[in-house]
Amino acid sequence: MLEFYRQMLLIRRFEEKAGQLYGLGLIGGFCHLYIGQEAVAVGLQSALEVGKDSVITGYRDHGHMLAYGIDPKLIMAELTGRAAGISRGKGGSMHMFSVDHRFYGGHGIVGAQVSLGAGLAFKHKYSGDGGVAMAYFGDGAANQGQVYESFNMAELWKLPIIFVIENNQYAMGTSVNRASAEDQLYRRGESFRIPGIQVDGMDVLAVRGAAEEAVAWVRAGKGPILLELKTYRYRGHSMSDPAKYRSRDEVQSVRDKSDPIDHLKKELEAAGVSEDDLRKLEKDIRAIVTEAADFAEQSPEPEPEELYTDVLVGQY
Amino acid sequence: MTGESRTMNMIQAINSAIDVAMGRDEKIVVLGEDVGYFGGVFKATEGLQKKYGKTRVFDTPISECGIIGVAVGMATYGLRPVPEIQFADYIYPALDQLVSEAARLRYRSAGEYTAPITVRTPFGGGIFGGQTHSQSPEGIFTHVAGLKTVIPSNPYDAKGLLIAAIEDNDPVIFFEPKRIYNGPFDGHYDRPVQPWSKFAESAVPDGHYTVPLGKARVVREGNDVTVLAYGTMVHVAHSVIQETGVDAELVDLRTLVPLDIETVVESVKKTGRCMVVHEATKTSGFGAELSALVQEHCFHWLEAPVQRVTGWDTPYPHSLEWAYFPGPVRLTEAFKRVMQD
Ligand SMILES: Cc1ncc(C[n+]2csc(CCOP(=O)(O)OP(=O)(O)O)c2C)c(N)n1
Ligand SMILES: [Mg+2]
Repeated sequence: MLEFYRQMLLIRRFEEKAGQLYGLGLIGGFCHLYIGQEAVAVGLQSALEVGKDSVITGYRDHGHMLAYGIDPKLIMAELTGRAAGISRGKGGSMHMFSVDHRFYGGHGIVGAQVSLGAGLAFKHKYSGDGGVAMAYFGDGAANQGQVYESFNMAELWKLPIIFVIENNQYAMGTSVNRASAEDQLYRRGESFRIPGIQVDGMDVLAVRGAAEEAVAWVRAGKGPILLELKTYRYRGHSMSDPAKYRSRDEVQSVRDKSDPIDHLKKELEAAGVSEDDLRKLEKDIRAIVTEAADFAEQSPEPEPEELYTDVLVGQY
Repeated sequence: MTGESRTMNMIQAINSAIDVAMGRDEKIVVLGEDVGYFGGVFKATEGLQKKYGKTRVFDTPISECGIIGVAVGMATYGLRPVPEIQFADYIYPALDQLVSEAARLRYRSAGEYTAPITVRTPFGGGIFGGQTHSQSPEGIFTHVAGLKTVIPSNPYDAKGLLIAAIEDNDPVIFFEPKRIYNGPFDGHYDRPVQPWSKFAESAVPDGHYTVPLGKARVVREGNDVTVLAYGTMVHVAHSVIQETGVDAELVDLRTLVPLDIETVVESVKKTGRCMVVHEATKTSGFGAELSALVQEHCFHWLEAPVQRVTGWDTPYPHSLEWAYFPGPVRLTEAFKRVMQD
């Protein structure tokens, strides 16, 4: 439980820092924060095996990377576009990868990662490595056609994949029920015979429980499963979104009533974890985040020659 | 009647174009991601849902292939949809509908059915957008027979061309250079951009007018070299011409298909030299077509090889944006090369 708390807090503080660096102009372009949704990545990925099970997601990817234990320094340096970044400054916030962790990105095109996830699952099955794929996407992405092409293939071929819809209620300025004929998104797999479960994505323990169930199903060779995580993003869609399509009260009331971190903190206190221990943890995390930010500020930019590397194999 | 003129930036001009067109023709509908309630991420459709209602201006799910597909269907049965693709980088899921349906319907039905849609989409770089918010895919569309491709470079043209596109009876891809929505970016990224209000092209009539498709504009007359450009690069080229003092003739193409080949040829025959400028990658870019056409039509008049100044043949990078963008340094070098022989 303490580990869940630590990871969620790390994501929260990391994202707050990223927001600050963006405000200072150190991070450019598009940057989507995961604040509010921490319990989803942490709860789900804690049920996976790093290096064996693969994970793929969209552009709101910092949290999924941190939850997989990827070095915060390399992530932050990618956000600031530096040579030491995890994609050598060429990908930015939305496009980050880690072969060691079997983390397959970070994709800016809404919905595209879902088909790729089915491909990852195909390879798990093909090579019999016992791994499963987890493909995350948003409530908005759930309306892309290729998602359903992937559902069909995944069930048809009984692929080991957990489809995860992070339903944070909004796709940019559009709320779920203004864009979705079936807004109970866990039912979206029904006509493909893919079972779906709706989960409270603000409760990390509930998320973990659902993840265990899903992993067991998929590892047993029963084919894909769909999880809908009900969650909420506190910040705007990206750093440039003032979020005028919803009221301050709405955001505040979620924060007050169902913040995943506050919620777990209370449970920890009830379980007898001391105030001091929690304070120390907070301090350690702040140190990690500060170190990441310093690293990201001080690392040099990539050399101009980097523009032409990795376009095709070898020299170009 | 065009009525009074007002000062508009490009977003306001585009908004006004749609407004004026919708007011005249109830067959026009606007659809896209966040275009209704929210008024579009760049605010190009702001206020239109309020004015024309939710049946004529409406939000869609994030489903580009579906958005264009239904727009083509609506158009075939008599509407004039103006779908927005939020960024040109997201147009690829809709390519199938654009290429295989919209572009070919007229041909394969021997003219019985057409798809008069106008796809508006912001494109181009210089905004730190990285791979998925910066691309210039115009060359993909100019390569498809059956589509028209339009790219304005200022508020006056944006409104006139957009109305012409909406009223046109064929499918048009209308690329909006988002870097110059608020003011003409001259390529000097370290200097603030002057707002449109300081430029004559921001005087935009309130009412209806068109700028015809297929007519280029000579932005500046000159004798020594012809520069062919469109969108943001018109302004980058213009400022480099002024800074270097080259006596260049600058042609803003305004529409790539149909292309105003006459204006191009006339200018190159006069100057004997030609330089083509675009942000898109070089290989198979629209510059290759322009350079081939110039060679075909003006071979005996050319005194030097046609120069192309373009984005590098790489994906659009996250860092190193200004090393990627074909800015003043590269243009200045190209002017030296083209004036050499
Ligand atoms: C194909 C495509 N269309 C549109 C966009 C622009 N866009 C980026 S994120 C987004 C909203 C996605 O919402 P959702 O899937 O709910 O994810 P969330 O942002 O809530 O995490 C949109 C429309 C895009 N990146 N790619
Ligand atoms: Mg969402």
